[in-house]
Amino acid sequence: MLNRRTFFAAAAIGACIASAPTFAQDNSKDKSIVVASTTSTQDSGLFEYLLPLAKAKTGITVKVISQGTGQALDTGRRGDADVVFVHAKSAEEKFLAEGQGVKRFPVMYNDFVLIGPKSDPAGIKGMKDVGKALTIIKDKKADFISRGDKSGTHVAELALWKASGIDIEKDKGPWYKSIGQGMGAALNTAGASNAYVLSDRGTWIHYKNKDQLAILVEGDKRMFNQYGIMLVNPAKHPNVKKDLGQTFIDYLISPEGQKAIANYKINGEQLFYPNANDAGA
Amino acid sequence: MRAPVTDLPLVFEQANVIAGGVTILDHVSLTLSAGPPTVLIGPNGAGKTTLLRVAMGLTPLSSGRITWNGQERSGSGSDSASKARRAIVFQRPAMLRRSAAANIDYALAGVSAPRAQRIDELLALVGLSGLGSRPARRLSGGEQQRLALARALARDPAILFLDEPTASLDPAATKAIEDIVRAVAARGVKVVMSTHDLGQAKRLAGDVVLLHRGRLAEHGPTPAFFDTPRSDEARQFIAGELLV
Amino acid sequence: MAGETSAFQLVLAGDPGLYAIVWLSLVVSLSAVACAALIGVPFGAWLALTRFPGREGIIVVLNALMGLPPVVAGLAIYLLLSRSGPLGSFGLLFTPQAMVIAQTLLVTPIIAALARQTVEDLWAEYRDELAALDVRPFRRVATLVWDARFSLVTALLAGFGRAAAEVGAIIIVGGNIDGFTRTMTTAIALETSKGDLPLAIGLGMVLMAIVIAINALAWGARRAGEHYAG
Repeated sequence: MLNRRTFFAAAAIGACIASAPTFAQDNSKDKSIVVASTTSTQDSGLFEYLLPLAKAKTGITVKVISQGTGQALDTGRRGDADVVFVHAKSAEEKFLAEGQGVKRFPVMYNDFVLIGPKSDPAGIKGMKDVGKALTIIKDKKADFISRGDKSGTHVAELALWKASGIDIEKDKGPWYKSIGQGMGAALNTAGASNAYVLSDRGTWIHYKNKDQLAILVEGDKRMFNQYGIMLVNPAKHPNVKKDLGQTFIDYLISPEGQKAIANYKINGEQLFYPNANDAGA
Repeated sequence: MRAPVTDLPLVFEQANVIAGGVTILDHVSLTLSAGPPTVLIGPNGAGKTTLLRVAMGLTPLSSGRITWNGQERSGSGSDSASKARRAIVFQRPAMLRRSAAANIDYALAGVSAPRAQRIDELLALVGLSGLGSRPARRLSGGEQQRLALARALARDPAILFLDEPTASLDPAATKAIEDIVRAVAARGVKVVMSTHDLGQAKRLAGDVVLLHRGRLAEHGPTPAFFDTPRSDEARQFIAGELLV
Repeated sequence: MAGETSAFQLVLAGDPGLYAIVWLSLVVSLSAVACAALIGVPFGAWLALTRFPGREGIIVVLNALMGLPPVVAGLAIYLLLSRSGPLGSFGLLFTPQAMVIAQTLLVTPIIAALARQTVEDLWAEYRDELAALDVRPFRRVATLVWDARFSLVTALLAGFGRAAAEVGAIIIVGGNIDGFTRTMTTAIALETSKGDLPLAIGLGMVLMAIVIAINALAWGARRAGEHYAG
């Protein structure tokens, strides 16, 4: 008797959870994949523009989980995504080496820009050498916001310090603030605290709260930001929708997909540069 | 309403209740027979309420026993036939958060007879006709007391316990309750009630029980109890002296 | 401010994307409250009426869980539902169902703790009466829950308030997927991170308006019910 009651209670709760939101979703059971990607692709508005085009062509609904590159790769490692679309080549190669991914395809690049207050307390505006600019920021102990979240941008920032001959782990002080959040949050923080920050150009162009912030350093070759895409290894994670995932990847690197990426503009400004043909990228 | 008498007499034999080291009922032996109401009197803390609770099976005896027409009935069995047909109205009855009629209906659950008719009868008996749809907790104190009476009577008890039913009522409301008690007793239901009001005891009681400090001080027919009390406690109590 | 205008323009224009977000928020949070009520009310009532060793401990833990940080609940459900977790094979991660489960975990302690308090208070009042009426245990619980229904509505509202306001749990287990698991709170988080503060503020005001409207409705229902049932 009690067991039956318990059973019915458990069944009722199960049914409650399972059925409740079904009428809220209309696109879950059709062709859909989960793509773990970076905050920059989301915050820059690229996906909002690109995914409807991909769906029209392939019929695939892409559900984007927008995380930092490190977290996105971990989501892939757990088997919770079908495709990862990130921008930190070394981390991606490690992911492949672990057998977590099938193959890496370069898709596009944009570039990083060094943002800072228009008042420019460190006086780096217009410099062409990002290494020199960072050295000045460090020497003057000007406030600097770091993403600190193992994202592609964070990895790129660390690489730039290193390339400038600075051991940031050793040299950082109270002026160097690691916030552990996404790109937009980092820009908000920089704006609110008159600090410098490294951002990808796409997020920056799309960012609406610019206020006292402006691009101070750009164009250094070392600030290029390459995006790669990988199918999560179905041999490791059997639930991965390999056919749909690969179809989406194939679309992005097809001439049509590459053209669509090139066509994404905000205020006439192109945000991403397709380079799927550049095998070394 | 039937007038069942098969559960009576109710007999307490050396009934003892000790809680937290305090003796509340001290070897009470008492026989309550069918007939006119029995009224319990005594100062606060004498054990009146506990005696009623023990009879209802709400407070367990520490020692001694209670028999109903010679049988022990625990009241905890699920077999209704093994249970004494008894009901109680507490001094401050809890009103279910429903209408007056629903409060009676609640006590009628399991009764197959047409319930609406029974509810109307009971409301009429306690003078609440027309108030059935009122939220019970919006009724006045006297009306709540009467509704509690109707609810208790819905269980068709052989014996009805009333714990100071008029303790906080004005004379008009008190009279209404006393009239109902008489009507109920006239139908053959044994009423056992406690009170602080000696006048009420004289007006209603067939026999009077005086409790003092948990002990049975005196038990006798009403005229004898008031005219020729045998115990010192009874003499003092009747004389209006403070019994401590 | 221009931002609020733009959010209200979206509302007035019947923007389907915005309505989908509002609708999903309501469905997820209300479902979670329903599930939590299904678990929390009977559990709270049982806890109110039962005495056993360790009961006090359970009550303390339950009260503490009322303040369970949403991200902790989200992380726990994430690890549970992840493909690499024990329930991974159901494929629930990054779905509205996962969000309902996470919010149910958040809301259940609130409803259970408040239900226990409510039922225990009522039990103190009703205990003798129900015992005198020989009411069986199952009917006892039903009676107490029914008679406490107006107070329990307040508990459900408290639960709904927590569910509707939280972002930490659903953004972890739902993934904030556009058109699929994006709710008002996760959209606010996203718009803030995009620096679109006016839109975030607008969405926040829509959320506040909905929460206030639901509370007003429930308040009215409670008043009417109390008048009717006493």
